[in-house]
Amino acid sequence: MSSTTAGSVAPPRVETPFRRFASEFAESRLALFGLALFTLIALVAIFAPWIAPQNPYDLAQLDIMDGRLEPGSVGGADFTYWLGTDDQGRDMLSGIMYGLRISLLVGAGSAVIACLVGASLGMIAAYAGGRTDSLIMRLVDLQLSFPAILAALMILAFLGKGILNVVIALVVVEWAYYARTVRGSALVERRREYIEAAQCLALPTRRIIFRHLLPNCLPPLIVVATMQVARAIALEATLSFLGLGVPITEPSLGLLIANGYEYMLSGKYWISFYPGIALLVTIVSINLVGDQLRDVLNPRLKR
Amino acid sequence: MTVFLLRRLIQAAGVVLAMSLLVFLGVYAIGDPVEILISPEADQIERERAVKALGLDLPLWQQYLVFLGRALQGDLGRSFVFNEPALQLILQRMPATLELAFGATFVALLIGLPLGLYAGLRPKSPLSKGILAGSILGFSLPTFWVGLMLIMVFAVQLGWLPSTGRGETVEVLGMRWSFLTRDGLAHMVMPALNLSLFKISLVIRLTRAGVRETMLMDYVKFARAKGLSPSRVTFVHVFKNILIPVVTVVGLEFGGTIAFSVVTESVFAWPGMGKLIIDSINVLDRPVMVAYLMIIVLLFITINLVVDITYSVLDPRVRLEGKS
Repeated sequence: MSSTTAGSVAPPRVETPFRRFASEFAESRLALFGLALFTLIALVAIFAPWIAPQNPYDLAQLDIMDGRLEPGSVGGADFTYWLGTDDQGRDMLSGIMYGLRISLLVGAGSAVIACLVGASLGMIAAYAGGRTDSLIMRLVDLQLSFPAILAALMILAFLGKGILNVVIALVVVEWAYYARTVRGSALVERRREYIEAAQCLALPTRRIIFRHLLPNCLPPLIVVATMQVARAIALEATLSFLGLGVPITEPSLGLLIANGYEYMLSGKYWISFYPGIALLVTIVSINLVGDQLRDVLNPRLKR
Repeated sequence: MTVFLLRRLIQAAGVVLAMSLLVFLGVYAIGDPVEILISPEADQIERERAVKALGLDLPLWQQYLVFLGRALQGDLGRSFVFNEPALQLILQRMPATLELAFGATFVALLIGLPLGLYAGLRPKSPLSKGILAGSILGFSLPTFWVGLMLIMVFAVQLGWLPSTGRGETVEVLGMRWSFLTRDGLAHMVMPALNLSLFKISLVIRLTRAGVRETMLMDYVKFARAKGLSPSRVTFVHVFKNILIPVVTVVGLEFGGTIAFSVVTESVFAWPGMGKLIIDSINVLDRPVMVAYLMIIVLLFITINLVVDITYSVLDPRVRLEGKS
């Protein structure tokens, strides 16, 4: 080891499961690139209010005379709009940074809630078995037999627009994936010796489920969750584009793209083009990470 | 077999019933039914009379039975906007959506099969890697945005294709179709391509995986050993066998295509069912919403039922599993 040549006695590198996982993950350059890209996007989204050149919600900063300017043009007050402006004279770059915030918030938020709901139900189904199991799995089958876009559309048609409503719709659409994944791996893990041992120790059921069963079902759950975040972001964008998602006061990337739709036919491409690129890069970066996670965490591919 | 069929039918009926209850609750319990069913211009007396006539003074469970009874007779209410029976309105738009969905399926097979075949036969070539990377992009790209970009490039910049609408239609069997006229076909190219984007990726992946598996089979080796030409081995021995799973999955995806046409129809202003439902939601034309939802539920349950039955015919294990 190179660090020992420096003279000091370095502690031997213990191979923890996490380190092994990290080094396996890092084998794919593309996945590392995806992870770096996503980290960058997440940072931009989180710190948007501090790093965006303009606050697109602050009407005092907007100049309607600067509306629909081409990318790179200099508006009033010597402000350069690198990605152009929309019809209200909003800087597209700032709009995208703020839009990312909402897209990521909705995507990640719905994925976390759906994961909690779905994983709990899946765990209950696997552990309880019998009628409870078949009831929950029937619900899962029913949910999965309808395309996500339609189910979300139905729910939003009744609930109306709003960030919270979109999150609710996405949770309803997504929970079944988690439930099925967790049930599948929990059914396998349940028959292992360590669960039997825990049961022999007369540990409370709650403890067995959460401290013994759940941690061992995590790997496939993580993979599904990563992919579902990307799906949720894409679905939210689609719903917002259709005018059923987030309200106009809180524009996500999808709504920004929808705003540019009417100007597209007159050749003003940038209002829709750049938010779409941001959306695409976000989804691709998450999918790259997810693909590699699936390979690393798949027990069938263990070397 | 008969028992299995009956069980399945009863299950399907149960699901329809459950969904109708959900839709009913969605409309009647969450929103104010008076506002939904009675035109906003009605005055107080008219309103009360309508409440009585529609049975809105009855308890909720009785109302549901009334709703169910009417739905069974094909009466799902009248559209506020068009003042036509909602069901009829949707059925009028159905050919446009079906046409688009079939077009998309056709495009997906037309593009996906050759690319998947190539990628499967030459997995190491750079072009194959490019095809595979492209298929990942096809899964990641937001469909509606690609649609906008297609309009921008081919309609606005190049001016090759019309951007929106259905173009000229011809009436056949009492329904209007676009694909029979040149103008209609030109209008259909971009929406069909857009809708097929996801399916192209799917077909590429399935075909590629299928080819790589089939190439290792003994009968393919034997065909080669017999000295058959490579093209005969590829197209007769390999291609025929991979078609079965590909066609199955594409068939299963058909329902999803109809569902997703909501997005494509909105982008390209294609006057189908999907565009109608989005417009109806935006103006709160609730009878049309309810009718659309019920039709879609029915459609999907029918698709699932047909798939289940087909599987049980093809694979007896499915039937036996249900019995135990």
